[in-house]
Amino acid sequence: MTQLALVIDLNVCVGCHACVTSCKEWNTSGPAGPLSDSDPYGANPSGTFFNRVQTFEVGTFPNTATVHFPKSCLHCEEPPCVPVCPTGASYKRKEDGIVLVDYDKCIGCEYCSWACPYGAREIDAKQKVMKKCTLCVDRIYSTTLPEADRRPSCVMACPTSARLFGDVHDPESVVSKAIRESAGYALMPEWGTQPANHYLPRRKTTMTIHEDELMRVDNPLKIDGKLPKPSKQQPTLDDSTSW
Amino acid sequence: MKPPFSVIFLTTLIGVGQGLFLALYTGQLYSFFDLLPAQDSRSFYATGSIIALVFLGAGLFASFFHLGHPERAWRSAAMWRTSWLSREVIVLPAFIGTVFLYGVAHWFNFNAPMIELSGSHQVDITLILGAAGTFLSFALFISTGMIYACLRFMQEWHTPLTPINFTLFGGASGFLLASVFAAMAAPQLTGFYAGWAIILTALAFISRSASLWRNSRIKPKSSLSTAIGIKHPNIVQISQGSMGGSFNTRAFFHGKSAAFIRTIKPGFIVLTFILPLILLVPGLSSPKLLVAAFVIQYAGLLAERWFFFAEANHPQNLYYQKVA
Repeated sequence: MTQLALVIDLNVCVGCHACVTSCKEWNTSGPAGPLSDSDPYGANPSGTFFNRVQTFEVGTFPNTATVHFPKSCLHCEEPPCVPVCPTGASYKRKEDGIVLVDYDKCIGCEYCSWACPYGAREIDAKQKVMKKCTLCVDRIYSTTLPEADRRPSCVMACPTSARLFGDVHDPESVVSKAIRESAGYALMPEWGTQPANHYLPRRKTTMTIHEDELMRVDNPLKIDGKLPKPSKQQPTLDDSTSW
Repeated sequence: MKPPFSVIFLTTLIGVGQGLFLALYTGQLYSFFDLLPAQDSRSFYATGSIIALVFLGAGLFASFFHLGHPERAWRSAAMWRTSWLSREVIVLPAFIGTVFLYGVAHWFNFNAPMIELSGSHQVDITLILGAAGTFLSFALFISTGMIYACLRFMQEWHTPLTPINFTLFGGASGFLLASVFAAMAAPQLTGFYAGWAIILTALAFISRSASLWRNSRIKPKSSLSTAIGIKHPNIVQISQGSMGGSFNTRAFFHGKSAAFIRTIKPGFIVLTFILPLILLVPGLSSPKLLVAAFVIQYAGLLAERWFFFAEANHPQNLYYQKVA
């Protein structure tokens, strides 16, 4: 069984919003209709997005870290939004685990958005149907795009490669390796939704240095006293023979 | 949550309709066993059914305003195996249809005995339709309540008290309306219905108090730390991912001040429970007081349902710290 998913590396994300604009550009231009906006250039712009980047500040000054947090549908393996849908418009694909909404069946009752603890679903104010990330299902299975472009547009756009895409059920995929080797985690694990998307934590590169590594202790027990100093004429090769 | 007015009217109006139907059928059962005087089929049972149908129809009408695509509402009967909303969509019209048939059977006096019981008791079609309607009425209360109670991370709703409250609220308001109706159409039943309205209102008061007490002690399972997966007690949100708000900032916050919430909570307790209980006792001799009790209780139920939505904290709100 395949479960396609994104892995987002918070250690690398710089919060540039390229994934947001790239996602919007691709998904507002497709055959499924626009992701409608209202007042886009006015004082109160609002619109439908599949992907948003939020920013958090962790800690108190001066020990703070700014964390940029891209947020989209997590394509849960146990999606709570799917069984509550009264029409069957929300469904999880068996073949690749993508959670999708059939815009032609959706009645816009918003019940699925109540049932998603992550707030990943947004109703389109003009089309009056529920919308969410499709993992660019129309890109990844495209037969007309060049092979290298058959990836979600957010992944294509990320300048720091903070977004990885692949099958989390395949242990050798790039996403599974990243989760395994870089401590990937799921959001709100307490609800048992088993999100397919994972996040890689912020990591600080640190080195542990002990005192004796800075100040060499060659003879810690001081039993033999100092070695006799070599004469000036004697060749010195390294510190074991230089005295 | 932002309280949706269409759903507030839907749940309160069908509750009254269901309760009124249950009251009519209870009266019929009591008279069947000779515990209450029999009533005229057309002027009491059929007319009462019409009143119940008006409330049920108004609730159904209100529900369509909740939908983005009401013309596709028929599709929502599809997923009854998994969705309580789908079950409600099936049970509501089935119940309305049964109440309609019950009213028709009484209007045309279809009282040919179908089953002979011992003594002179004869079961006719109205009793059988009424039993089916009673079953559907309870199924509808449970479906409506479970729509909210089944969402496990809506901790304020995820309790058996939710469907119990819906049932008791519907029963109380329905029997209260039945006592108003009886005061005009069958005065000797007024005391019977008002008595049940007192009992059901008191039970609803106890059950709603229990859920208020429970909800005031809830420890949220999710925190900003589990929401973004960063273990730290001090996390401040800098940006929410949109400039002018989004669906997430509009649909999940009630947007009212803490003072408003503090006012509406004792407000609905007084309107739904205390004032009707005070008015019901002298109301036995004065139909006007019964009418006042019903109107006040219905207004209280609207406030109660508003508060029911507003008190529920959706975990997605953790991602929108600046709104809360």
